[in-house]
Amino acid sequence: MGRLTLALGDGVIVAQRNMRKITRQPELLVAVLIMPLVFVFLFSYVFGSAIEIEGGSYREFLIGGAFVMMLTFGSTFTGIGLADDIQKGIIDRFRSLPMSRGAVVFGRTASDVIYNVLSTIVMAGAGYLVGWRINNGFGSALLGFGLVLLFAYAFSWIMAYLGLKVRSVEAINNAGSLVIFPLTFVANTFVPTDGFPSALRTFAEWNPVSTVAHAARVQFGNIPETTPDPTAWPLENAALYSLGWVAAILAVFVPLSIRAFQQTATSN
Amino acid sequence: MVDRQPVVARPWWLKLWSMQKSTTPINGHIEAEGLVKRYGDVTALDGLDLTVPEGTVLGLLGPNGSGKTTAVSILTTLIQSDGGHAVVAGADVAANPSEVRRRIGLSGQAAAVDENLTGFENLEMIGRLYHLGRKPAVERARELLERFSLTDAADRLAKGYSGGMRRRLDLAGALVAEPPVLFLDEPTTGLDPRSRNELWAVVDELVERGRTVLLTTQYMEEADTLADDIVVMDKGRRIAQGTADELKDLVGGERIEISVAFENEIPEARRILAGLAEDAPRVSNRTLTASVVGGAAKLPAALRAMDDARLTVTDVGLRRPTLDDVFLSLTGRTAEAAAVHLEVAAPGEAPVLEEVA
Repeated sequence: MGRLTLALGDGVIVAQRNMRKITRQPELLVAVLIMPLVFVFLFSYVFGSAIEIEGGSYREFLIGGAFVMMLTFGSTFTGIGLADDIQKGIIDRFRSLPMSRGAVVFGRTASDVIYNVLSTIVMAGAGYLVGWRINNGFGSALLGFGLVLLFAYAFSWIMAYLGLKVRSVEAINNAGSLVIFPLTFVANTFVPTDGFPSALRTFAEWNPVSTVAHAARVQFGNIPETTPDPTAWPLENAALYSLGWVAAILAVFVPLSIRAFQQTATSN
Repeated sequence: MVDRQPVVARPWWLKLWSMQKSTTPINGHIEAEGLVKRYGDVTALDGLDLTVPEGTVLGLLGPNGSGKTTAVSILTTLIQSDGGHAVVAGADVAANPSEVRRRIGLSGQAAAVDENLTGFENLEMIGRLYHLGRKPAVERARELLERFSLTDAADRLAKGYSGGMRRRLDLAGALVAEPPVLFLDEPTTGLDPRSRNELWAVVDELVERGRTVLLTTQYMEEADTLADDIVVMDKGRRIAQGTADELKDLVGGERIEISVAFENEIPEARRILAGLAEDAPRVSNRTLTASVVGGAAKLPAALRAMDDARLTVTDVGLRRPTLDDVFLSLTGRTAEAAAVHLEVAAPGEAPVLEEVA
């Protein structure tokens, strides 16, 4: 067997192991399936009652942002999962086996994609109930989902790196919130950025969370015709700019994470 | 002599992608020379030499922080040493770590079983990660569960296992690929006596099959029961080596402990004990301790003498040396011990028991 085949095979074994857990850890089930549900309903009715989108509906606007926010938060699972495995000594066991070096982190990020797909399905269903629609054809919508999932996948490598470095479930939870809250809120996720103070607005326009959400909304056909086209360059080229971020994050954090994995031995 | 040449570290990306094929034949030998590991200012290993011949059990004995786990981590390729070199089962740990991993089994201190998998799933996963193939991995898992009396618990989640069951499952995990060399890092720490005895029986059986075992422990008794040869570690160095009996002799064999009720009885008690013992009795808190030879006869003699002298004996006991005793005698008598060491040990080399005694 070739080296790549072995690496893939090992990654699949690790991913299978992670997937088995979802039915055995109720808290995981809640986070992956119930949180997105609560989130969509909460924002639709609480924010939706106060925010007007000219020529369209807030709930249509919201769902695209909700996908990006929920999945970006979901990436903390990657870091939490790895930190937990380090604390429990399972990473040491893996590292003493003749398995492919990258398999544990690749397997982890792969199973987290599956969690994300599940969350997305739940959110899309909940979105449909509150009035969100795909207006641009199914194929185009799939591209939109694909972009959000790809961005979440890249982001989970950042969290993988943090998890391997910080090695504490609590710390990764806090660090995750510290980064992800501002990133997902100073963006067009929940409200149009027109009313932001100028510095925040510039940040929001260049924030990949905004561009991913914008690109997804375009694919879903959730941008009302009366809304003027964005003038900021990243939003004008939202899909391209977002993919650039995905590529850059992966290029930096895949090697960093694998190296961090090599160095994780719990030693005293 | 100790080889202190630092190992030239290759860049990580080269290690990641370069294909290493080992040409060294598999054997059951462990050989380490001058291992050094530093964490910032702390020196965890300070030039450790170890030799474990094929089919023998070496016990690494030492308190927490003496460097036992660091040594095991280097030999099992979990961490890299800052100096020295080691060959395990015919493969070099620094140059060819993936080959070492194919040839060893590790059962760690943390009992690395996955709580959210069943016992069977744990072992099957390890078998597949050793690339045994799916069907052989399943068969091997069943076989090991049977051998470690875990068949009934095979399909239960490991989070419901007792401490002893977890250790057995962890040990079974280390045996999945039938490795010639086995590392057991504090296999019984925290176990109740019954589970400890069960685990000892399992390890005994493994050794009878000719497997090489490197075992770390904080318990003299454990090293005594399982190991052919014992290395005592302190501050990342080997401070003594020998069989269990040799180490106990070094400490002075058995010791009598007698406690008296009153402070003013101590001088007389000390005089009586000194007449029977091999060394000067030590006193702490109205308890006198001294090494004896043939304790079963000396103990009643001491009691009779104290009774004749009308001393109020409140407690009495005969005990075997513990790790604490070995340690006290090796490190506690620093002044004279260090002097002896300096005379017999070459610079940079850990003094060996035979030279000390």
